[in-house]
Amino acid sequence: MTAAALGPRPWMGPRERAADTGLWCFMGVAGTLFSLFLVADVMRLASPDATAIGLPRQLWLSTAWLLCGSVLMGLAAGAARAGQGARSLRLMWASGATTLAFLATQGWAWQQLIEARVVLAGNPAASFFYVLTALHGLHVAGGLLAWAVALRALGRAVDHPRPTAWRLALCARYWHFLFVVWAALLASMTWLTPDIARAICGQR
Amino acid sequence: MTDSHGDVPHGPQSFITRYVWSQDHKVIAVQYAGTAILVGLVGLLLSNLMRLQIGFPGRFAFIDAEHYYQFVTMHGMIMVIYLLTALFLGGFGNYLIPLMIGARDMVFPYMNMLSFWVYLVSVLVLLASFFVPGGPTGAGWTLYPPQAIMAGTPGADWGIILMLVSLLIFIAATTMGGLNYVTTVLQARCEGMTLLRMPLSVWGIFVATILALLAFPALFVSGVMMLLDKTLGTSFFMPAVISMGQLSAHQGGSPLLFQHLFWFFGHPEVYIVALPAFGIVSDLISVHSRKAIFGYRMMVWAIVIIGALSFVVWAHHMFVSGMNPWFGFFFATSTLIIAVPTAIKVYNWVLTLWRGDIHLTVPMLFTLAFILTFLSGGLTGLFLGNVSVDIPLSGTYFVVAHFHMVMGVAPLLVVFGAITHWYPKITGRMLNEPISRLHFWVTFIGTYLIYFPMHYLGVLGMPRRYYNYDNYQFIPASAHQLNVFITVVALVVGVVQLLFVFNLVWSAFRGRRAEPNPWRAASLEWSTPQTPPAHGNWGAHLPVVHRWAYAYSVPGAAQDFIAQDAPARSGGVETSHDAEPPARGVAT
Repeated sequence: MTAAALGPRPWMGPRERAADTGLWCFMGVAGTLFSLFLVADVMRLASPDATAIGLPRQLWLSTAWLLCGSVLMGLAAGAARAGQGARSLRLMWASGATTLAFLATQGWAWQQLIEARVVLAGNPAASFFYVLTALHGLHVAGGLLAWAVALRALGRAVDHPRPTAWRLALCARYWHFLFVVWAALLASMTWLTPDIARAICGQR
Repeated sequence: MTDSHGDVPHGPQSFITRYVWSQDHKVIAVQYAGTAILVGLVGLLLSNLMRLQIGFPGRFAFIDAEHYYQFVTMHGMIMVIYLLTALFLGGFGNYLIPLMIGARDMVFPYMNMLSFWVYLVSVLVLLASFFVPGGPTGAGWTLYPPQAIMAGTPGADWGIILMLVSLLIFIAATTMGGLNYVTTVLQARCEGMTLLRMPLSVWGIFVATILALLAFPALFVSGVMMLLDKTLGTSFFMPAVISMGQLSAHQGGSPLLFQHLFWFFGHPEVYIVALPAFGIVSDLISVHSRKAIFGYRMMVWAIVIIGALSFVVWAHHMFVSGMNPWFGFFFATSTLIIAVPTAIKVYNWVLTLWRGDIHLTVPMLFTLAFILTFLSGGLTGLFLGNVSVDIPLSGTYFVVAHFHMVMGVAPLLVVFGAITHWYPKITGRMLNEPISRLHFWVTFIGTYLIYFPMHYLGVLGMPRRYYNYDNYQFIPASAHQLNVFITVVALVVGVVQLLFVFNLVWSAFRGRRAEPNPWRAASLEWSTPQTPPAHGNWGAHLPVVHRWAYAYSVPGAAQDFIAQDAPARSGGVETSHDAEPPARGVAT
């Protein structure tokens, strides 16, 4: 399942190979973007005015949703490759639903923080939390557009889903990427406290 | 051979789909280039207005201090981002990549079209800032916080917001284009076109695009955070400041963080502009001296190494910001190291010229001018790369002279040479030569008359960024006279650029009809069945490449060049692992 999402295969035509390479490149750009945000996060959290924020528990639920979405998308790609169109379609719908649930849960987490008076302006740890989750959410929302295109193609070819399998495989790879990025962001928001940032920046 | 893109694509039929919402890389290239040149003329006008103030302070009432800083800021940003980056990647990248590697188009034509229109939106948003209350930002092209978004800086209300929004939109456009260029190079090369047979123009654009894809996110990050600081009151970059007697609502932000992010983008940006210029110059010098480029593989590796090193030199722009001396040592050293592959390229250009059959065509004149100008600007870069020399010179006109020579004028000379070289391919007509030569000589001599004296002014201690130089005892009267001289020359050079634009338009309709391969060049773009190439570029069959793009003056060959797609029996085919053919080019 995962292997199907990771690299070009001999059955790929020029169009599929181009999309495959293009997606790797885009993931490189998006990965750079998030990496730079994390570097900026470390530098800013090293300032004396930064204090750690308590993360809402909803984030663990949203993490589970995104993990489910990623796995289901991979299974959908595998099913399409195996010629199981109906199963693939069900898995795709389920994947989309869990991804939407992820976004909704992220919104719920925001609401909890806002109710706790943790707002965008002020403590930089909170500012980075909102910016990073928003940016990641936008990438997920963009992924849902690709998901919709792949779903449409699959829906039109349920009886012969193999030609659409590459689209699903690319979606699956992107979902794996989104999950890895989210896991890295969550880890940094959990463990990268201002004290650790100051230690990294040599300020204590 | 198998056409990897299926049947020959049917070209769009209506005017709208053919020239407006076009997905043809050649049309998109012209759209990109046309927009970039137009916005570049705005940048040029702004520079002349700045020079009017410096040369004749107080003579023009409408150029007050606020306007002056707005002109400076918009000139810098327009020239670096919206002209040079867009022109090299969006213009030349779009036009040359598919034609030079034997592809029918970019691999994602729709996204390519979108890239241009999003770029156009970014330009319109930028230009809109001239019409909002307070006008465009006058924060300087580096947009350093805290002053960029604080009251007292021109355009601190709306101008800076529009600038940041425009940059974010531009980055989206560049990313869409960049993904296309990289993927096309990796996936759409025709049969026989190995990576080490690609012309150096493609190599330069390819590596520059990778730099853009990795460097622009840093500008994106800083742009988003500054926009939030300005609009929603965050304090990513903004410290607590007392401004006009009022304590700002910000606290704890780090202006240095912005500088790091900005220059992590800003220095690779120099090479985003320079690497395509390096590649194009290599091709032009080879064609117009009828000789294979010297050390092709070395040139490729130099491009790659320069690209990689460009990510570890950024803090040399921040020596005056203060840093740990060990960091200063590291960044000074890495800056000097990057001069090594760069010098290799210059040596190889000169060695290509050595005993070549040099044709002093207009593209060749611009190429030679580039080498001289880049060398001048590069050598002063060695001065400024040293911390101890940079600190006293950093705030002076020496820096203005340095960066205009190395990344302003030098790449623009390549733009002019390249446009002249590929104009017959694009339009099917030749540029008017007398006008081109006049434009060349005035531009070349003029830029030296403008920028050479600036080095002197810098060493004299004349500070940059000042609105008015009156009544400073350490600036002698001779400096003022020099400023008048520079301004007059700048105005002349500025007007002559209009001549170039006129030539572009006039020759497109009235220029002499061009032969399919007027320069007798060997690279693939000159082998298209039609000139200008039709939609899909190659007719029914994609070309098959048998050799590199530099088979000039091959002994025993029927002509003094062998096209890349000429049959293998025509000669000039690499015979060993080495990319270069066995015979050294011989003047004919």
